[in-house]
Amino acid sequence: MSFFKKLKEKITKSTDSVTEKFKAGLSKTRDSFTEKVNDLIARYRKVDEEFFEELEEVLIQADVGFETVMELIDELKMEVKRRNIQDPVEVQSVISEKLVDIYNAGEEASSKLNIQQDGLTVILFVGVNGVGKTTTIGKLAHKFKSEGKKVLLAAGDTFRAGAIEQLEVWGNRVGVETIKQTEGSDPAAVMYDAIQAAKSRKVDILLCDTAGRLQNKVNLMKELEKVKRVIEREVPGAPHEVLLVLDATTGQNALVQAKTFKEATNVSGIVLSKLDGTAKGGIVLAIRNELNIPVKFVGLGEKMDDLQEFDAEKYVYGLFADQVEKTETE
Amino acid sequence: MAFEGLADRLQKTIQKIRGKGKVSESDVKEMMREVRLALLEADVNFKVVKDFVKKVSERAVGQEVLKSLTPGQQIIKIVNEELTELMGGEQSKIAVSNRPPTVIMMVGLQGAGKTTTTGKLANLLRKKYNRKPLLVAADIYRPAAIKQLETLGKQLNMPVFSLGDQVSPVEIARQAIAKAKEDHHDYVLIDTAGRLHVDEALMNELKDIKELTKPDEIFLVVDAMTGQDAVNVAQSFNEQLDITGVILTKLDGDTRGGAALSIRAVTQTPIKFVGMGEKMDALEPFHPERMASRILGMGDVLTLIEKAQANIDEEKAKELEQKMRTASFTLDDFLEQLGQVRKLGPLDELLKMMPGANKIKGLNNLQIDEKQIAHVEAIIRSMTKEEKLHPEIMNSSRKRRIAKGSGRTVAEVNRLLKQFEDMKKMMKQMTGMQQKAKKKGGFKFPFKPF
Repeated sequence: MSFFKKLKEKITKSTDSVTEKFKAGLSKTRDSFTEKVNDLIARYRKVDEEFFEELEEVLIQADVGFETVMELIDELKMEVKRRNIQDPVEVQSVISEKLVDIYNAGEEASSKLNIQQDGLTVILFVGVNGVGKTTTIGKLAHKFKSEGKKVLLAAGDTFRAGAIEQLEVWGNRVGVETIKQTEGSDPAAVMYDAIQAAKSRKVDILLCDTAGRLQNKVNLMKELEKVKRVIEREVPGAPHEVLLVLDATTGQNALVQAKTFKEATNVSGIVLSKLDGTAKGGIVLAIRNELNIPVKFVGLGEKMDDLQEFDAEKYVYGLFADQVEKTETE
Repeated sequence: MAFEGLADRLQKTIQKIRGKGKVSESDVKEMMREVRLALLEADVNFKVVKDFVKKVSERAVGQEVLKSLTPGQQIIKIVNEELTELMGGEQSKIAVSNRPPTVIMMVGLQGAGKTTTTGKLANLLRKKYNRKPLLVAADIYRPAAIKQLETLGKQLNMPVFSLGDQVSPVEIARQAIAKAKEDHHDYVLIDTAGRLHVDEALMNELKDIKELTKPDEIFLVVDAMTGQDAVNVAQSFNEQLDITGVILTKLDGDTRGGAALSIRAVTQTPIKFVGMGEKMDALEPFHPERMASRILGMGDVLTLIEKAQANIDEEKAKELEQKMRTASFTLDDFLEQLGQVRKLGPLDELLKMMPGANKIKGLNNLQIDEKQIAHVEAIIRSMTKEEKLHPEIMNSSRKRRIAKGSGRTVAEVNRLLKQFEDMKKMMKQMTGMQQKAKKKGGFKFPFKPF
């Protein structure tokens, strides 16, 4: 089980509170997922068709996404054949290896944001209703502020009742200003105002909120395109990041969301919110695998500092912490 | 990434079986695998799927399918029936307490849409049942949640009870009920904060509110896009609070909504309403049979066929078909056809009902504007008889006259003529296809293509 040892070594080198937090936030995910894999392995004496069918179900239940599961299972079958593995316990390590492989498929995705060294960085937040866009902006504003950056918020959700106030409350909490217009005004106009304000106040980072919208509402997606166009026109090279906020409890529809929002706004990264609540985080796999959009942050709680940079290895470590510990004691 | 509906999935298996003459038990097994995958893709929880498939395959092997000449359709029929049954009958009733006010508690995860749904429900109670609800802002945690409910209250012109975010939700609920009695409100809708089902402290707070207010209804508000976890959430809320009903939100999205089945299966409580949009009147009763079709990705073919049969004049249809075949289809016939189709109802709804419509390129994003059809009709009606029969005589002065007469632009007249030409061409191809298909004994349009 050299894989786990390697992972463990890598992680212990950076033993910090972040890892702990990640572990704590993911404990529910890990418990149920690892428990199931272990359960499964304990029940089977032999690696056969039935074993794979069960494994398929475990993965599907983690919301990994059907296509990804099928791919993973196929690869596992090949690997098992190639290495002539008979014992389910050995498959365990292959499963984890493959999971990490899927995360890192293609180029190694960095969770670092594209922040301009000098001048204004504009970050646009998009997503369906109720995923946690405004909360994520609040958390991220706090993060940038504590890094010494000058931050400004743009209240681009002019549709939902109380959305502007919600962002303002976050602004006050964190201690940054919010540019707003009245409810019902044109969000593109709000963005224009916010960019002018950001320029004249020499702001480092402008975080743009938008109204939640279901991806099949064509007109609302057009509106979003317009918002992005205005930002592009006013600041060359902007928006520097378009972050799609996804609710970790969402099922297969998350893939459609990612795809449609990517088409409309060229999403550059994903924030996976509410990962502390759901028992699964498997959707991350599917999104990376099928759309190649990297996950940049995960939301692991409701507090201001409960937003963590996504780290594939730590994430997998969180999923398989039990197994790593077991390997250690062996 | 477009998800395949059950019908498409089964098609593959059926093609393999075709020509075998008889369907074996292993064929049924293979079909069951497709059923299972279709349900999983729709986010139905895997345990629920397992039980369900077992039930269906017993029925399938037992009798109907093996002997049937159309095993695929038989399977779909059985699956559809079982699904509809599992999701229960139509249950959009709301409890009425014989000692008013009737108290309704709204609970759920963060971002499910509780506050919006609270507003919609109040609106429904007033509009449909002539009630006088009081909205209670008991979400003291999320920034501006109270403000959100207050804004909705203002939009609806309905009173909202709030004590700010420094008073405990239990105390808010207590005072709200006293206030409701004083002001003779017959319904009290308590909007609680979103919380995780595993957050003990906050779940206890809900229990306290329940203890104190003795609600007549506790509605669990669930996002229709929820994945496998829906089972855990619903089970947990139900165990701790004994929910009386479920409201499924954001169903106007393109999710299959398999969560509905999962929730129903684990809680055994009815799904009462579905949220179909962001406007305050977008709350509809839950229809299990429609939900079944949606989960299976089949479109609502039955309704479509019923509508078509009820509204399309058989004789005229035959006449049209003849015309299409001989390509003697004129603008007059086109006008006629438009009228027939319009009788069926709003066009975009019709499209949604069509199976496979979401697969046709471009159609998915097509927003059909009813007004445009009215414009087309106006343009055609502004033509002379001769022009309608022989559009090729059209010149710029005729076009200008038609534009003026219909209040449209020349460009629109041109576009219509072009579209009509294209359509005629397409019809030739389609009727060709249809005849071929007929020979093979396959596919026939449920109604005439236009």
